[in-house]
Amino acid sequence: MLNKVDDNIYEVPIGYRPGMRVPGRIFVSPQLLEMVEPGTVDQVANVATLSGIVKYSMAMPDAHLGYGFPIGGVAAFREDTGVISPGGVGFDINCGVRLLRSDLESSVVQPLISTLIDNLFEAVPSGLGSTGRLHASDQQLTEAFVSGAKWAVDEGYGAKDDLVHCEENGNMKGADPSQVSIKARKRGRPQLGTIGSGNHFLEIQRVEEIFDEEKAKRFGLFKGQITVMIHCGSRGAGHQICTDHLEVLSRAVHKYCIDIPDKQLACAPIGTPEANNYFGAMVCAANYAWANRHIIAHWTREVFDKYFGNPKLDLVYDVAHNVAKIEEHDVDGQRMKLYVHRKGATRAFGPSRPEVPEVYRDTGQPVLIPGSMGTPSYVLCGTDKALDLTFGSACHGAGRIMSRSKAIKTFAGRDIKASLSREGIVVRANNPKMLAEEAPQVYKPSTEVVDVVHNLGIATKVAKLIPLGVSKG
Amino acid sequence: MKPFEYLEHTADIKFRAYGQTPEQMLENAAIALFGSMTDLSKVQVKETWKTELKSPDLEQLAYSWLSEIVFLFETESAVFSTFKVNLRQKDGWMLEAEIGGERLDLKRHAFDNEVKAVTLHEFQVKKNDMWCVQVVLDV
Repeated sequence: MLNKVDDNIYEVPIGYRPGMRVPGRIFVSPQLLEMVEPGTVDQVANVATLSGIVKYSMAMPDAHLGYGFPIGGVAAFREDTGVISPGGVGFDINCGVRLLRSDLESSVVQPLISTLIDNLFEAVPSGLGSTGRLHASDQQLTEAFVSGAKWAVDEGYGAKDDLVHCEENGNMKGADPSQVSIKARKRGRPQLGTIGSGNHFLEIQRVEEIFDEEKAKRFGLFKGQITVMIHCGSRGAGHQICTDHLEVLSRAVHKYCIDIPDKQLACAPIGTPEANNYFGAMVCAANYAWANRHIIAHWTREVFDKYFGNPKLDLVYDVAHNVAKIEEHDVDGQRMKLYVHRKGATRAFGPSRPEVPEVYRDTGQPVLIPGSMGTPSYVLCGTDKALDLTFGSACHGAGRIMSRSKAIKTFAGRDIKASLSREGIVVRANNPKMLAEEAPQVYKPSTEVVDVVHNLGIATKVAKLIPLGVSKG
Repeated sequence: MKPFEYLEHTADIKFRAYGQTPEQMLENAAIALFGSMTDLSKVQVKETWKTELKSPDLEQLAYSWLSEIVFLFETESAVFSTFKVNLRQKDGWMLEAEIGGERLDLKRHAFDNEVKAVTLHEFQVKKNDMWCVQVVLDV
């Protein structure tokens, strides 16, 4: 049913399911294609039926079964005829990754890994139902929704210089806190500065390999260097915002007579009050997530300061991988304002885009691909080719191949911890049972996924980072 | 009649919950949701929570009900094991429920998953021989 278009590009033809307005494109190698579930292809086709979609309904190399959009899904919609759908963003709005680089060599840090992880585990609350050390007032919460990481800096978390190293400067415009429900505020208030659970983590890493010396230098990375990666999102605030607006948009599809193949693709035409309200609330959650990662980075620095004086821990970059953005792109030779949805996909802009921070304007933005627990993470660099192929997007991780329930049946959390420890990786987790479902074996090989991204040229490999210690929920 | 069954899903949790009545279906769905997170036999009923919800149709009500349980779990920091649902039909559907459980104690309550949200993906309420709701949870 899928047509091979080029190496690592497969097309889901119009007609794969009724109502498709554009073809689908799945960016995978033949090996990865075998791991793509039929349901994932169906989801790519479902997205292709939405009004105003341009070019293709896309899935990145880590594509797997999601809800509404597939995970790894990218789709862009015209302003005049298109829609906005929370199904194209997900519940964990602005789930994302931040990378901090130290000026420390791994030989200095390695003997202290256990101590550092214990300290980080204490300093940064994680796990199910975790609440933060920070007790935000209602006013502060509103400011976090509106100003994101900028608010965090104003409150004394992190440095001003950090902001230019965040996507959107950590402060996306268009927030409308009046569209955030009391319920979402109630969930969000105690959770600012928490990692959460699931696949989220705080990790101490070592730069294992440099693929591109010049770009690595620009990103401030060198072999043997210690880095810290933070992977988390907007916590209960984002989940509730999505839930609330999904209910509204489910009714909107009737109001605007929109035919959708899956209820999770509930949406509203761009410009309608329902669409505007969701977008304004989504931006609040995105900003909350940037504030969250900023606060966590600050506490991480405090721990490192305690042991190493001032090891810098400068921000390399901070990327969102669950978000919708208003961006300009060329479609059939015409410049268009588009609503680009990325769900489990990272923006990967090349040098030509004004959104790329000044410091990375000659290279392209850093693209951060977190590994799963115990597997390598990668730093790549965005390219202008990605603009043409994928609206400037790349994958966001490895992508699951084994369900959580099967993982729990197959692996025991204790064994996972022991096997990671044999590899020299220290793990602290609130709930050892949950380690099983995040076992390295439940994900596709991240190296394979990253190689496809690199070979396609939608982002190019810069560095490989391996975990030394992980703090998990 | 089995009260519910879990189905295979790569990234998330999928289940179908059944009932002779819509009330029973909603109660069983709540047990399936909470039981996917933690062992309900370890939850003692020390407190009760009451909730009231209203929706134009039963499917939306089912979605609101399950979402409400996720909300209460997180904001009350509590685990639940008993769910009693009453429904009335008047200008749409009204739900009154009493939820039994206790405050979360991580020393006693171990978790397999944390449900982030209830999705609408393939969400469906149907009545054939009995009532059935199909749910995919985001974990």
